[in-house]
Amino acid sequence: MTEKILELKGVYKQFGRTEIIRGVDLAVNKGERLAVIGPNGAGKSTLFHLISGRLPVSSGQIWFDGHRIDGQNAQSIYRRGLSRSFQITNLFHRQSVYENILSAAMWSQGYRYTFWKRISQLQPLHERTQEVLELIGLQSRHDVAVNLLTYAEQRALEIGMAVAGGSDAILLDEPTAGMSRGESDAAIELIKTVSAKKTLLMVEHDMGVVFGLADRVAVVVYGQVIACDTPERIRANARVQEAYLGVVKDRQKEVEDGAA
Amino acid sequence: MSTHYLIGNRPASRPSSRMLFIWLGFAAVLLLAPQILRSSLLHTHLTQMGIGMVLALSYNVLLGQSGMLSFGHAAFSGLGAFVSVHAMNLVGDGLLWLPLPLIPIVGALTGLGFAALIGYVITRTSGVTFAMITLGIGQMVYASSLMFPAFFGGEGGVSTNRVYGDPWFEWDFGPQIQVYYLVAAWLFICVAATFYLTRTPLGRLLNGVRDNEERIAFVGFNPHLLRYMALMISGLFAGIGGALMAINFEIATDEVLSLHESGAVLLFTFIGGTATFIGPMLGAVIGVLLTKFLPDYTAGWQMYLGLVFMLVVVYAPGGISSLIKPGLGVLRQTMAQRRYASFLGLALSAFALLAGTIILVELMYHRAAGATGPLHLFGMALDHQGVMSWVIGVVILLGGMLTIKPAGRLLFERLSAGEPALQGVPQ
Repeated sequence: MTEKILELKGVYKQFGRTEIIRGVDLAVNKGERLAVIGPNGAGKSTLFHLISGRLPVSSGQIWFDGHRIDGQNAQSIYRRGLSRSFQITNLFHRQSVYENILSAAMWSQGYRYTFWKRISQLQPLHERTQEVLELIGLQSRHDVAVNLLTYAEQRALEIGMAVAGGSDAILLDEPTAGMSRGESDAAIELIKTVSAKKTLLMVEHDMGVVFGLADRVAVVVYGQVIACDTPERIRANARVQEAYLGVVKDRQKEVEDGAA
Repeated sequence: MSTHYLIGNRPASRPSSRMLFIWLGFAAVLLLAPQILRSSLLHTHLTQMGIGMVLALSYNVLLGQSGMLSFGHAAFSGLGAFVSVHAMNLVGDGLLWLPLPLIPIVGALTGLGFAALIGYVITRTSGVTFAMITLGIGQMVYASSLMFPAFFGGEGGVSTNRVYGDPWFEWDFGPQIQVYYLVAAWLFICVAATFYLTRTPLGRLLNGVRDNEERIAFVGFNPHLLRYMALMISGLFAGIGGALMAINFEIATDEVLSLHESGAVLLFTFIGGTATFIGPMLGAVIGVLLTKFLPDYTAGWQMYLGLVFMLVVVYAPGGISSLIKPGLGVLRQTMAQRRYASFLGLALSAFALLAGTIILVELMYHRAAGATGPLHLFGMALDHQGVMSWVIGVVILLGGMLTIKPAGRLLFERLSAGEPALQGVPQ
């Protein structure tokens, strides 16, 4: 369990003169579930963009599975076995649920830029697509265009797209954001299922989700990881409480008061 | 030439026997069309429709399938035409062996080659940037046609003769009908190939790069490479279209490279509709009807073209093919519920709109032409110098405009409240 699969070494990211990520060192062990928490604007999503190759790092190194991946493009990083979902739903919006998953499963099934075979002939691809459909519980919605799905269904499909290629490591960017409590619980169960035997790295705002799901929690504040430890110790960490958890607890209380 | 039943949105789910039937029907239409429409002029129009369809299909690989708007499509088809003309001349001089029916292969390789040459750089971009670059490429090729007269023949272009070598099974491709069948055969090949493409993994990925080029990278594929492949495939079929143009007209001039040519492909693909497979082909048919057939009957054809384009943009942004399915649905419901009166009302309004427009447009052109006699239209003599004819035209047009919405609403209300009619309750 202590073998590192993903490692960030002194990663910086600037936009113009604004530093968003200010020297992040982070190691993710194989098979663990690591949650990244932090206040709004702390740079959590940017961190994911750097790891997944959506944005280039300004300096520092990112290693995945023994290979340096900073500076590589998104598709190369994906092909190494690291896939991701997006905070803002980012699907093939004019296509059906089935077609979305099919496209996501294609690379891993070995059908690259194939134009000499019809999709309907590719049995393994359909089997995999069906499997993912069942996993995310959208079998009955398979031929619905994705822009007609409910928000929760779109979020489930986001997760399905991230896991369809059978990647070893999955980055989920706020998978439960904007969900109701019930939807969020279902999403957590789904995340547990899909991340079994895989490495999971997720950005999450909801503390309930984080502490129930994660093996370790990394706290990002103002572009730096100020702590990375087990949920219990994070909760007990004075610096974290001061910087982040206190604020959130107050906010959660507000929400609960509001609901009551 | 009605082939709108050819392709639906997802024929993959259709039984293969039905697909086979559709393909056989398509082949039969291609075979029989010139036997039913017998005049040589109509054969010319049919041939041009076929070529237009090939070009529209090639264009839709870019626009409809991959979401790449190009203003320079004529560069690919035009170069295909020029190289084909030269190839035909070489064969005619005995320097090369290639029967005429295989000349489109030369065009295909030209289009593919040119796309491969320039495509890697220009497909790095997408969206508006890509559109602007294609505009530049198109104009560059067009400009070079006057700079290199040795190849492009200057302003006169390069002419050729399609009748060369030994006839193929007694066909020398002199008569228009033989050219038609040559075009029809290549059209069938192109339709089959581009349709097949939509069913393949690559076709699905091109849709992916159209819908969300960012996400396509995060499922492992290179969006740049996909766009590059789309451009090459499109260039290949555009080259075939260009070669067919060269065979049909026996000449290639700088006109085939012009922005006008690129614009026409874009315009008619859009009018037909990019969302369906059949749309661009329908657009090509409409294009030939509006720009080749109509000018024989009216000087105002460009006015009608403009009106059709405006109507499509405003009322059917998905193209005319997007109206087929709902249109058939209304028709079927009307028949099932026997709402003939309401349907007739709507049809009358539409007819009034059409008739009023035609009367006014024709009167205007008649007047602009400085004619002294009355305008003869549908067997009527309309005096464009008096007020009466104009009033009639305006009244009919207004009648149509004011009634079409209520008539449409009435029909839809009746159809959606269709239960009583089905139970035989009188209206």
